[in-house]
Amino acid sequence: MRKVAVIGVGNSKFGNRNDVNVQELSFEAVKQSIEDAGISPKDIEFVAFGSAGAGAWYEEALPAVTISEYCGLTDAGLARCEAACASGSAAFFAAYSAIASGCAEITAAVGVEKMRQIDTPTAMEFIGRSGYYTWEFHNFGLTFPAYYALHATAHMAKYGTTEEDLALVAVKNHKYASMNPVAHFQNKITIDDALSSMVIAWPLKLYDCCPITDGAASVILASEEKVKELKIDTPVWVAGIGYSSGTANLSKRLDYVGLEAAVHAARMAYKMAKVTPDQVDFANVHDCFTIAEIMAYEDLGFCKKGEGAKLIREGQTEIGGKIPVNVDGGLKAKGHPIGATGCSMIYELTKQLREEAVERSRQVPLKNYIGLAHNVGGTGHYCYVTILRR
Amino acid sequence: MSAMPTIRSREMKIAHEIPISKTLPFWEGLKQGKILATKCKKCGKLHFPPVADCSQCLSSDIEWVELSNEATIETFTHVIVRPATFQQEKPYTVAIGRLKDGVRVLAWLTNFKPSEIKVGMKAKLVAKQTPQGQLIYEFTRPE
Repeated sequence: MRKVAVIGVGNSKFGNRNDVNVQELSFEAVKQSIEDAGISPKDIEFVAFGSAGAGAWYEEALPAVTISEYCGLTDAGLARCEAACASGSAAFFAAYSAIASGCAEITAAVGVEKMRQIDTPTAMEFIGRSGYYTWEFHNFGLTFPAYYALHATAHMAKYGTTEEDLALVAVKNHKYASMNPVAHFQNKITIDDALSSMVIAWPLKLYDCCPITDGAASVILASEEKVKELKIDTPVWVAGIGYSSGTANLSKRLDYVGLEAAVHAARMAYKMAKVTPDQVDFANVHDCFTIAEIMAYEDLGFCKKGEGAKLIREGQTEIGGKIPVNVDGGLKAKGHPIGATGCSMIYELTKQLREEAVERSRQVPLKNYIGLAHNVGGTGHYCYVTILRR
Repeated sequence: MSAMPTIRSREMKIAHEIPISKTLPFWEGLKQGKILATKCKKCGKLHFPPVADCSQCLSSDIEWVELSNEATIETFTHVIVRPATFQQEKPYTVAIGRLKDGVRVLAWLTNFKPSEIKVGMKAKLVAKQTPQGQLIYEFTRPE
């Protein structure tokens, strides 16, 4: 396999973006990434789009082509990748594979979601239907907060994790979002704010849940030859990619205290990158709900199983701690435009590895120049773990 | 919603007709108060939800078996904020229970006060027809 580098990244402002349609929103990220790479749209041979809610949350049913035309990418190879909330990482993997295999020299992965063009109960309905509609939604109305609440209940019962521990994740991620200009939320919150917020799916409350967000992110990838030819100053190399999946029915899982797909994907990524969890300088993990961040610490090997809550209590996942996590605000507070998230994680990893984090105060210290992205689709229905190294 | 100008898409009403011919005994069983699963005759794997084809050995030679109704609750949640088509329902409790037969079932948990519900407690799995005629199954208080 050939070496592949990230040579350009772009991220739209996340939030309530009723000022733009899906094409215009994507353009913001695509343009930034193309300019960042110093190439032209015609240099891109293959474009992989990540979007999960096309035709549901927003009007375009097959958006890859409308976005491609709008961004001047017509003629490139084109496909949309769907892996629920990991669609952006699935697109990144497709764009990576095209180069690693020798099929292409320059590719793009573009993730986008426009989630706020319909009312909130209908938006929740579409997300809830994204597990196993027939067996878990049709009769039982399981929502995504409820999927993760089932995990939170089990984790609390087995390991003594508390609602206060979950609140600590929200407080940390809001703090970093307030330092990140692209984040949906720009406000800090207190533990009391989190604990006193309305119950969505017990034990998860409003501040345990990521918001419903519009956003786009774009990544340009290139082969080693192209990196040299284009004289890229600070290429960020794809050191490892791992992937796995879990059952659609939650009732078929072995337990509810972690995500097996994440454990498998992480193992595969670490092996390919030849790194161990303690060598990772910082990580972006899939904190769609606060419990998901605590389980991710454990599934990725940042701590032992059952000790995730201890890590957040001790502040080990803050800047200055053992392993800073989600210092861009995470899905929880930067926002989680479903299909954009995987590409937005790569954006953040790349900016951090180049030491270009905005604001400067949230730049993580780099020892090994290794960052990790953990992107989960559904509740461990899909998982991608990507390790980048400068 | 913000005051940004928009145009409204054409409205479309969708409901899918989902085929159940291959799992009909399950739906018929609910009417008789039974909860049926499928068992692969080739490899012996017990499947719930029921399936016409075995994912473990890819055989389509299956038989129908009735499940025991004794469950141990492994986890649960109280769904307060409900999706669009559940707006008419009161908040509901969803639980996953492990049956004596070894399979797990996800269903509503009813007839308990929220404070009584604990991981590890026993519940009874029953088939039932709702007042609207919908065939469902749920966990409830054991006799």
